[in-house]
Amino acid sequence: MTSATTSTSKATVKPAGGSVRFYGVWLIGIAALIVLPMIFSSGGSLTSFSLIGIAIVFALSYNILLGQTGLLSFGHAVHYGLGGFAACHMMNAVVSHGWPIPLPFIPLFGGLGGLVFAMIIGWVMTKRAGTVFAMISLGIGELVASSSLILRSVFGGESGITTDRTALPKLLGWSFGPQLQVYYLIAFWLVLSAIAMYALTRTPLGRICNAVRDNPERVQFIGYDPHVVRYIAFCFAGFFAGIAGGLAAINFEIANSAYLGAIQSGLVLFSTFIGGTAFFFGPILGAILVTYLQLGLTNLTTAWQLYFGIIFIGIVMYAPGGIAGLLMMHRPLIRAGTLWTVIPSYLVAIVPTIALACGVILTIETVARFSGGDAINLFGIAFNPTSPVTWIVAAILVVGGAFVARVTWRRIAEAWDRAATVARDRGYLA
Amino acid sequence: MLELIVISTLNGVLFGMLLFLLSSGLTVIFSMMGVLNFAHASFYMLGAFFGFQLTKWLGFWPALVLAPLLVGAIGMAVERYGLRNTHKHGHVAELLLTFGLAFAIEEIVSMIWGKSPLDYRVPALLDFPAFTIFSTNYPAYKIFMLAVSVIIFVALLIVLKRTRVGLIVQAALTHPHMVGHLGHNVGRVFMAVFGVGSALAALAGVIAGPALVTQSDMAASLGPILFVVIVFGGLGSLPGAFIASLVIGLVQTFAVALDGSLASAFGPLDPSAGPSVLTDIWNVTIAQVAPIVPYMLLVLILIVRPMGLMGTRES
Repeated sequence: MTSATTSTSKATVKPAGGSVRFYGVWLIGIAALIVLPMIFSSGGSLTSFSLIGIAIVFALSYNILLGQTGLLSFGHAVHYGLGGFAACHMMNAVVSHGWPIPLPFIPLFGGLGGLVFAMIIGWVMTKRAGTVFAMISLGIGELVASSSLILRSVFGGESGITTDRTALPKLLGWSFGPQLQVYYLIAFWLVLSAIAMYALTRTPLGRICNAVRDNPERVQFIGYDPHVVRYIAFCFAGFFAGIAGGLAAINFEIANSAYLGAIQSGLVLFSTFIGGTAFFFGPILGAILVTYLQLGLTNLTTAWQLYFGIIFIGIVMYAPGGIAGLLMMHRPLIRAGTLWTVIPSYLVAIVPTIALACGVILTIETVARFSGGDAINLFGIAFNPTSPVTWIVAAILVVGGAFVARVTWRRIAEAWDRAATVARDRGYLA
Repeated sequence: MLELIVISTLNGVLFGMLLFLLSSGLTVIFSMMGVLNFAHASFYMLGAFFGFQLTKWLGFWPALVLAPLLVGAIGMAVERYGLRNTHKHGHVAELLLTFGLAFAIEEIVSMIWGKSPLDYRVPALLDFPAFTIFSTNYPAYKIFMLAVSVIIFVALLIVLKRTRVGLIVQAALTHPHMVGHLGHNVGRVFMAVFGVGSALAALAGVIAGPALVTQSDMAASLGPILFVVIVFGGLGSLPGAFIASLVIGLVQTFAVALDGSLASAFGPLDPSAGPSVLTDIWNVTIAQVAPIVPYMLLVLILIVRPMGLMGTRES
């Protein structure tokens, strides 16, 4: 799902739209969404899939700001939260006034909630870009999150606003009580939003957003106002974040001030950045990974936020393109057929890297459970957090693992250089 | 009434000077390296926690000296091994690195020391009332805090304006490349500035710990206000940061002390009108709104004067 790659002589230029491969990817995605609950039909899986669907829409909307227009925002959860509140209020209004609006239309009202706020506040916010915009977004996010506790009539105070999604008029006999029906509703809106956001990247507006990200001064010279472009991108991002918020309100049947908070903004920033901001499917990967980490890690350890932070720091320092960037880096090698020369070095590097990771995990868990906690269960071996044996093992794994990992990764870099040179000779940009 | 004004002014100036200790380091780091250090408030928190732990082991006065040195060393390590490597990926990557660092530091602190407030006491030497104003005892520790802040401010001014090191730092603020061409090790200058900025933040933490609460969410509650001070005063301007810190310190202290609301001034609204946004705004007291007053100031300054009060540098 990327733009056409230009390459020299041998490879032909393939337009991204109109080819079987392009539509095939989308159709496979839609089919996977439809088939997934039939394979994993337990209640826990359905809840996870619903949460992942909401997170994907949210992360894709954030990438309109970060990846497409270069606006780093620390307060994006405000649109998400306001969309959730708008959806809750709309659902309650539909029930109390008896309007004939069935549930599938409600996320649209969530989107409108996010859009209205973006339109009001966006003009002032997008006057500056870069670091200043990030701080403004942080301030506005805190402002709205704190205001939500003051304006109790709209935001319901600490307990939030509750609603009942089954009380709305039925559509095709579906009451949307069971989680399966809610999952299909989320999946439907996910496909719709993803298609819309991808289409946005292919329009001239999307391209000018990229130009504003890369060189705003030049954009002014060719006649566009970067301020207006950023404002429109901000409004689109707010709209789709509101849709995600509406879906969350439908899923949880509650909207409270946690939707608006800094933690939610931080999470979407993590998801989008870890997944990769330069490719459309990056935030999708990131949202899936971060949601799974959130659901899974909280059961295993109390220090799960620390792991998030460390993963984030690792990605920022060593792979700022995110997971999608790492994967797409291999694409020219695959096309040139030289990837198999790099794979042996990867296999060799796996062992010390895993050892290093185990050492770090052991250290963190030891510190976390030092003052009383159960034994650390790593690959089935139980480590006692208070015994010196654990500390010695952790120290050896970290130090030794780091040394050996550096050597093996250098070998990967050399093998990569060779493979990339061969790929370049064969005409594929690497 | 007069008592309220005098005590609030004293407290407000104190809080403002504390904010200035924090924001001075942040402004200088931003002017020099273009990096907005999200982890600055985390260094403040580390200073408070290290101060608490060192006070338990060695006493308050050694802790006052050692804790900032430790955190300064951590700051230098962060700059050398973290920021320098991400510099080539752009300002956004540097900002995100400090953001992740702030996250990680908060988690590490709450892992080691727990999430509840710590019993960080005022040292016995300073635990007496300095003077009595209008029947309120003003503690000597707060005068000590004020004195330390003023001393640091004056020292900072002297170092920056009157010494050779300060001359190089000032030059590197606006023309780092030229300073490099003239033969100075700009990388080392950056590292030293980052370290000193972090040490200042830690010093603020050590002395503020006993007076304000020492808890693992200190950084998260003070962080956004710090950024408001920076934007309000103007990015890259040290005098602007000073004025902005005092303004926000005074405004917030007065706001917390006042209990007025529109309802108390103009009488309650018609009770049969039912709950709505208007009744919420009518009944809210200034003290309840106090935490968000800095953010409202932020929005105001961005509408009226986007460069900040004395801003010299765009982002």
